[in-house]
Amino acid sequence: MNTPFNFRLTKFPNEAEILRHEVREFLSDALKDVPKETRAETWYGADENFSRKVGQQGWIGLNWPKEHGGAGRSSMERYVILEEMLTAGAPVGAHWISDRQSGPLIIRYGTEKHQKELLPGILKGESYFCIGMSEPDSGSDLAALRTKAEKKGDIYLVNGTKLWTSGAHRCQYMIALFRTSQEEDRHGGFSQFIVDLSLPGVTIRPIIDLAGRHHFNEVIFEDVEVPQDMLIGTEGNGWNQVTAELALERSGPERYLSSYMLLQELVNEFSNKNDDEGVTEIGRQMSHLTTLRQMSVSVAGMLDQGENPALEASVVKDLGAVFEQELPNIAHRLMGLEPDSKGTDFQRYLAILTQISPSFSLRGGTREILRGIIARGLGLR
Amino acid sequence: MLNETSQLLSDSIEKIFSDHVTKDCIISAEKGEWPQSLWNEVIENGLNLVLVPENLGGVGGSWFDAGILFKAIGRYQAPIPLAENIVAGYLLGLGEVPFPENSIITLLDGELQLSNNKLSGVSHRTPFGNHSTHGVAIISDNNKSKLVLVPILDNSTSDDKNIALESRSNIEFKNVEVLHVIDVDFSSDLILKIGALMRSCQIAGGLESLLDQSVRYANERIQFGRPIAKFQAIQQELAVLATHVAASGVAADYASSSMDDGGDELAIASAKSRVDDAISICASIAHQVHGAIGFTYEHGLHFSTRRLWSWRAEYGSGSYWAKILGEKAVSNGANNFWPSITSGKI
Repeated sequence: MNTPFNFRLTKFPNEAEILRHEVREFLSDALKDVPKETRAETWYGADENFSRKVGQQGWIGLNWPKEHGGAGRSSMERYVILEEMLTAGAPVGAHWISDRQSGPLIIRYGTEKHQKELLPGILKGESYFCIGMSEPDSGSDLAALRTKAEKKGDIYLVNGTKLWTSGAHRCQYMIALFRTSQEEDRHGGFSQFIVDLSLPGVTIRPIIDLAGRHHFNEVIFEDVEVPQDMLIGTEGNGWNQVTAELALERSGPERYLSSYMLLQELVNEFSNKNDDEGVTEIGRQMSHLTTLRQMSVSVAGMLDQGENPALEASVVKDLGAVFEQELPNIAHRLMGLEPDSKGTDFQRYLAILTQISPSFSLRGGTREILRGIIARGLGLR
Repeated sequence: MLNETSQLLSDSIEKIFSDHVTKDCIISAEKGEWPQSLWNEVIENGLNLVLVPENLGGVGGSWFDAGILFKAIGRYQAPIPLAENIVAGYLLGLGEVPFPENSIITLLDGELQLSNNKLSGVSHRTPFGNHSTHGVAIISDNNKSKLVLVPILDNSTSDDKNIALESRSNIEFKNVEVLHVIDVDFSSDLILKIGALMRSCQIAGGLESLLDQSVRYANERIQFGRPIAKFQAIQQELAVLATHVAASGVAADYASSSMDDGGDELAIASAKSRVDDAISICASIAHQVHGAIGFTYEHGLHFSTRRLWSWRAEYGSGSYWAKILGEKAVSNGANNFWPSITSGKI
């Protein structure tokens, strides 16, 4: 009898716990003027000054090899930085993607030129990347994407539209997946490119979300001439490169801590109440949080060992989204207060998280796609 | 990647249980028959002694090792008090008492009084009480606690059972002379806490068996001309089941390894609360996927689900432990909330 999962427990090394205290100290100063609703947004919130300060600390690219300017420290130490930032409500959104996956992708597949030119800016917290995957007719069905990059001499001519591109309006670069040829295999013929978003023919249009915020964008490419040396990795191998990123993208602490501030505020609210139902519910949520954290840390440990825990990462993301999506509803049930962006701390957290929570099970792979991956891991498809 | 002791124990219990814990074995046990040959195998391999220190003739294993065995009991629905005996061995070891030979020990709980080395009172719903030769109890009185080992006399046990038809006897002690009394510096809450750990692991194992059976059944059962596993509706349900099984396994592992690190309540309380939530979801999906056949006695799915429904209320339900967690969280205050999660101490 075997389960298809391999979640072995991983403990943080001592140096990670030392780092944890440094991060807490840094944040208590760096965040003292950050407003509540920005804190509730965690990695949806972006502040370039804050990102630069994190870069100065040497905390971006912490686990990258030293030859690429990183600190050469473990993924476990990086994990500590992430979870401390998220639970403090730090506005990490500007550099989040570059630190998490664009930098590692450039280290893994990039040329020396890419690495020399692009990594230093990421490490300083000054150079930001977005991910160009979804398109108007290609959401969960990524392989249906149509944006074309045609090779013409020493450039690729790019035409098409990327959609739901988070943070594109404050990024200098996009790592984009384009179609470079038509192949019989529906996962063939894709290639990844590093696109300078200031190139002529690139138009970035805001898409305002239901909470009135400008977070994601439509990015239109009209005869954009991308130099051929900005193809990253191997032409035609884009699908494999993209799927290799997913374990990095799907298992981190941002996949279950999105509503953390609300849970902490509930603890605060119930500190002065004699309410068994509320207290028990808080305990229940603690048990979910504690367990999810151990699962996510376990995946980080496997990544640190060079394994590919893609299936486990999907499990973390699915369960994590259920948890963080449920918290605003639980908070409502226990408190019965209107979400109000001008109300008490609790009401302000509730206002923002209630509204953005639907995105938790959409971004980075929908619930249905993740469950499909898990079902495949179970041998059902 | 397990260490050597863990791997040996894991291989050993898998072998014994896959050979001996057959459907017939479980059915006979439900009728009240004691599975002697299964128990003999377990004892011959010293599995009951995993937490007994080596200087007392035991294995000297870790709680993580014990957790592996607890999970296997749940996974195979082994109808024996192995978990209880492992815990009894641990408690006796704390008092430097060797595990008495040829004995089956249960964990006593209830209004018990000790007077002149004689025990009186009733231990309620004692696991496998009517198959056990001895009981251990922690008697707390005036902030002082004593660990006792007491024989279970003939005709002192009721034949009550839980809904999984496992023995849960009331045992009456009337001035029964105890075999050992040791002053200890822990209270009877320790049995509650370790009991919660033990059942959490067993539940995690039981949930694994639900997943295993459900996946197998979905691949075999043909409807509308194909295995029902090919329908997305079924795939999505089984994926949900799998995520909660995975979470329960991690919660249980974290709890047992936390005992090795000193045993704070966060991990154990979290585990019991987390696996209790998982049971509601997983039992429902497993039965739904199995359809009517899973509702019959003939099919074995209920050997898991009836155990899960019993075990979740023992040694504190999920809500009981959640309330303890929540009370500590609110009394520590919001600023200490996250640090308690990262340190594992509440």
